[in-house]
Amino acid sequence: MTRGLALFGAAAIALAGSISAQSQKAAPGVSDVAVLETPLPRTLGEFGFFSDASRQIPAAGVIPYELNVPLYSDGADKLRFLYVPKGKQAVSMGPDLLEFPVGSALIKTFAFGEGDARRLIETRVMLHRADGWLALPYQWNAEQTEARLALAGARVPVTTPGGEEISYRVPNKNQCKECHSIDGTVVPIGPKGRNLSGEWLGRLHDAGVLDAVDDGMDTMTNWSARDTTPPAQMARAYLDVNCAHCHRPGGSASNSGLDLRLEQRDPVKIGIFKRPVAAGRGSGGRDFDIVPGSPEQSIMTHRMASTDPGVAMPELGKSTVDEAGLAVIERWIAQMETP
Amino acid sequence: MIRLLACASALALAAPALAETITVEAGEGAQERLQEALILAEPGDEIVLGAGRFMLMDGLSLDVDGVTVRGAGMDATILDFSDQQGAGEGFLITSDDVTVRDFALENPKGDGLKSKGADNIVYYRVRVTWTDGPKPTNGAYGVYPVESTGVLVDGVKVSGASDAGIYVGQSSKITVRNSIAEANVAGIEIENSRDAIVENNIATRNTGGILVFDLPDLPVMGGGNVIIRRNLVVANDEPNFAPPGNIVASVRRGTGILVMANEDVFIEGNVVTDNPTAGAMIIAYTQPFEDTRYNPYARNVVIGDNVFADNGRDPQIDGAELLLAAFGGALPPVMWDGIAQGESGLRVAPRTPGWTLGLSTPGQDLATGTPGPLSVPEPLGTARDDSAIGAPAALMERLTR
Repeated sequence: MTRGLALFGAAAIALAGSISAQSQKAAPGVSDVAVLETPLPRTLGEFGFFSDASRQIPAAGVIPYELNVPLYSDGADKLRFLYVPKGKQAVSMGPDLLEFPVGSALIKTFAFGEGDARRLIETRVMLHRADGWLALPYQWNAEQTEARLALAGARVPVTTPGGEEISYRVPNKNQCKECHSIDGTVVPIGPKGRNLSGEWLGRLHDAGVLDAVDDGMDTMTNWSARDTTPPAQMARAYLDVNCAHCHRPGGSASNSGLDLRLEQRDPVKIGIFKRPVAAGRGSGGRDFDIVPGSPEQSIMTHRMASTDPGVAMPELGKSTVDEAGLAVIERWIAQMETP
Repeated sequence: MIRLLACASALALAAPALAETITVEAGEGAQERLQEALILAEPGDEIVLGAGRFMLMDGLSLDVDGVTVRGAGMDATILDFSDQQGAGEGFLITSDDVTVRDFALENPKGDGLKSKGADNIVYYRVRVTWTDGPKPTNGAYGVYPVESTGVLVDGVKVSGASDAGIYVGQSSKITVRNSIAEANVAGIEIENSRDAIVENNIATRNTGGILVFDLPDLPVMGGGNVIIRRNLVVANDEPNFAPPGNIVASVRRGTGILVMANEDVFIEGNVVTDNPTAGAMIIAYTQPFEDTRYNPYARNVVIGDNVFADNGRDPQIDGAELLLAAFGGALPPVMWDGIAQGESGLRVAPRTPGWTLGLSTPGQDLATGTPGPLSVPEPLGTARDDSAIGAPAALMERLTR
């Protein structure tokens, strides 16, 4: 009798499942086991971050977000999502990185093309596990039905919004860490209080997912306003977002001595009349990272304007020149007072 | 019974229970197969690279402690980066206790084999070659350990680097030995580092043979405690091909051994011949700087007994003709800028001739000096304790296993 009831129950659940699948494309929700425990989930689907992955419709509890100033990635359309486990809360650190509870995940999909022509290339996930953050890259199949773990990375032919045909690089697991590490520990980069919109943070707070909205948040000017923002303000925000994860103490480029964090106030440390250390041909025959008043004599602009490995900066995550970013940096250096 | 037990425990020591050997061969998909092996390796594992040419499009990286990457020999296993499309170096190591041995890298677009924050690393019989010879478009560093404690570079061969062939930066407990640096801008360079031994190497056809530098505005400064001994520093005569802007672009063609800034540097037992500008050059940092933590002086540099011959015959120095005439056709082997912090400048063994630029302040214009023959004290002759200098003994022992 008991067994009969149990069987009946199972059948009912299965039935319910199939009904919901028909009505709203099954939303089983996020698998906390995949986020927290499965050593290396082989597919993106195992996480259950999306109710409709190919259309990038997030599952319940997965929250889309944007950054005021985004990291340049060959002009890819980037769809960002945050998952915080039910009943847990992220902690505000003011302008700095939000502190996410164990069990949280950050999800970022890279896509090229508009509307129906949009093609998902890769989805990178960062999982906050009990022993720290784990960063993994997933590459989408041609049918756009599933993304598979690409531990060793990949190269994919892509046409950028600017019409360039490029060999787009999906980073390997170690390359994820090259940017996402401070003193060898993996950390998120993007969701810093200063680079998130106040409106979004407010909604997060109202939903109980964030403990507070503090001073210092939403202080970076939106990148779309770059042409009307004072050059120094926009340039420092750009460098903070695009360069400072490596060019900072404890970062992958710490040995260069160049520190491009927004809070760095020492002119030499941000490159002004700073000589190169290990630049090699990256110097382009120029003497200093930044020569005030002379972007054309500054190593910084030379390396940003290059796509040649060994010269190009950033070293990872881009195969094309960020013309808009370069223009902001050139404008900033040009208007610096010469000594 | 006791003997049996002893055997068992010896076995256990020799072979950690779960250590594996993972073999990767050249051929189709080498990039992904090799990179995946490097990612999935566990501490203690050995990744064995088969003989052949691995065609690589992207940089490789290793971030697992205690892994050995072993090829079939520096002329048999070649990681070919001629078509590299991304990354700042050929092969990046960011974990501790790693050994790389018996393979080669050719034509990386940026640096060759780099280890950063990777303590107790051994580079053994690896080769990094830019196959077109010296060119400013070659990558900067061949073998490039940085920000590490415990570095052994043994039996490596680097040529064509547009900065330094073997470069150790911001590190300590270093030994570079039995290696060949040929046709680089700098052959071997020890920069902003402490407790280093450079011994039994050959540096030839570079712009400068062996360089010991300390530079400002870096996270780690205060280089010193460096021993340069029993090296062949011969015919370093390559015109400087470093891209301007880099500090090595200022190295004069034909410099045998160059010490800039630094403290406690000992140069002894070397054979230094046929270097057209100078056998040994000892100078202060020449550029302006604002870093208050930085000391630009060369302090307590000791040139002991070395063999100097046929140096200084074609010096790349303003007024070379006048100088050559004054010194009888060749400059003396030791060149000092004359800049000392207090009494702690340079000591040179008797019967080793030298000359000074006669400057007194770091950054002083060369033209304002009063050149003349060198007159500095002899080495003190007191015993020196070298036991704390060089790579930890455990790194040498790793090679005998």
